[in-house]
Amino acid sequence: MKKRLSRFLNWTILLGCTILVCLFLGIILFDIFSKGMSSLSWGFISQPPTKGMTHGGILPAITGTLWLTLITTLFAVPFGIACAIYLNEYARPSVLTSMIRASIRNLAGIPSIIYGLFGLALFVQALHLGTSVLSAGLTLGLLSLPYIITTTEEALKRIPDSMREATLALGATQFETIKDVVLPKALPGILTGVILTLSRAAGETAPILFTGVAFYINGSTTSVNQEFMALPYHLYMLSTQHQSIEQVRPLAYGTAVVLILLVFVLNIIAFYIRFKQRTQQ
Amino acid sequence: MDQIKLSAHSLNLYFGQKQILKNINIDFPKNQVTSLIGPSGCGKSTLLRCFNRMHDLSSDAKIEGSIKLDDLDIYDKKNSVTEIRKRIGMVFQKPNPLPKSIYENMSYALNIHQFPKNEIQKLIESALKESYLWEEVKDELKKPAVKLSGGQQQRLCIARTTVLRPEVILMDEPCSALDPISTRKIEELIVSLKKDYTIVIVTHNMQQAQRISDKVAFMYLGELVEFGNCQDVFQNPQNELTKNYVGGHFG
Repeated sequence: MKKRLSRFLNWTILLGCTILVCLFLGIILFDIFSKGMSSLSWGFISQPPTKGMTHGGILPAITGTLWLTLITTLFAVPFGIACAIYLNEYARPSVLTSMIRASIRNLAGIPSIIYGLFGLALFVQALHLGTSVLSAGLTLGLLSLPYIITTTEEALKRIPDSMREATLALGATQFETIKDVVLPKALPGILTGVILTLSRAAGETAPILFTGVAFYINGSTTSVNQEFMALPYHLYMLSTQHQSIEQVRPLAYGTAVVLILLVFVLNIIAFYIRFKQRTQQ
Repeated sequence: MDQIKLSAHSLNLYFGQKQILKNINIDFPKNQVTSLIGPSGCGKSTLLRCFNRMHDLSSDAKIEGSIKLDDLDIYDKKNSVTEIRKRIGMVFQKPNPLPKSIYENMSYALNIHQFPKNEIQKLIESALKESYLWEEVKDELKKPAVKLSGGQQQRLCIARTTVLRPEVILMDEPCSALDPISTRKIEELIVSLKKDYTIVIVTHNMQQAQRISDKVAFMYLGELVEFGNCQDVFQNPQNELTKNYVGGHFG
């Protein structure tokens, strides 16, 4: 009797916690969507802001964020995947490799504002890239690298050795084995990790703060050495820095909705890839 | 006197500090089936994997002594490991088809070893016929290999190995994951393959060893205890350990 009661209590507590978490998520989404939907329109996402940003849309912020994500992807994905392949497939276990691995894990824990400062020092000043979408993209790339390396390595680890042995025993080199068997098989896992990392990077504000994001630019970003507007920073600015905050509040919520939808779409893609992989096996 | 195809001389293997194989000397005669038997953990699979240098990737494995394929020292740094593996094929315990189509499974090795394009089709067909798989798959070569049954997958893995026309085929308990009917098919296949290949097979199944082998090697705790003709080892073992093992007293 006592056992059954405690089992019921355990169950209720765990379920309660789950519901509570979902409830918060629901409240946040409801709050943002109910206040932001009214300002959503085709014009909102296809026009630049006008009249001191009290009217118009957020087009430059959307294109800025897309530019930024593109540069982050081009920089972080090839390097991250290459590094993970080295660590998982080539590097022999040693003190050095475990130190490298520990450092990568630690990098993932560094606050993003530190990356911002580092990007300012390295890309903006030392490498003379200036405050630009390139500097900011590279900085976000650095931030993303540890996540991409870690998730890619996990995906590679899930490929059983019997798969590698199959081609090695046929006389394939290690590189051929990785290229023809390991990577194709790990690709869904790698892509999932990459997309989730990028969706996180797209929402970051601190690393781009010193490295290239602008309060307002005239027209859209057209080259990598220009400053740019970005959705998260635009949101921050509209909700705390604008001279007439009350008036632009709906625009801020609208921006939040667009940002959430963007991240949401990326997550759906990742989810779809994982789902497809699972049903194929 | 049998012609020797593959041989190990004073072979020692260590994983870290632990010695797994102790002074193994063995000669595998050409075009015969040699079974490696012995209780789990005796080192038979480890020995088998020495012959195509599968231990190369494990960082803590250390090998002493020599292994010769005809007169070629396979651990000589001069010799390319991919060339050796082309000549000494391997079939594994669990069927491990590549995540590709049946056809691509067969053509993969031919492509990486740059066989002439116009011969590939013919080689694949004859290797599949040799493995008695052709009739079952000839109409669906585009199908993913993982959709085949376990027994078919294993025959595909054997065909994938023989398509390169190796000289030696190593088999690591190739039937342990299969049902009796598939096992029977693979055994028939092994016997029919020995006219073209030298076969070394690790098996736990005493009946199987008796059905298919010409020679039998009994290993215990990393040592080669007894090696001889199949009949002799099973009917008239010289060593007390062998007698107990083949008699089913331990295992």
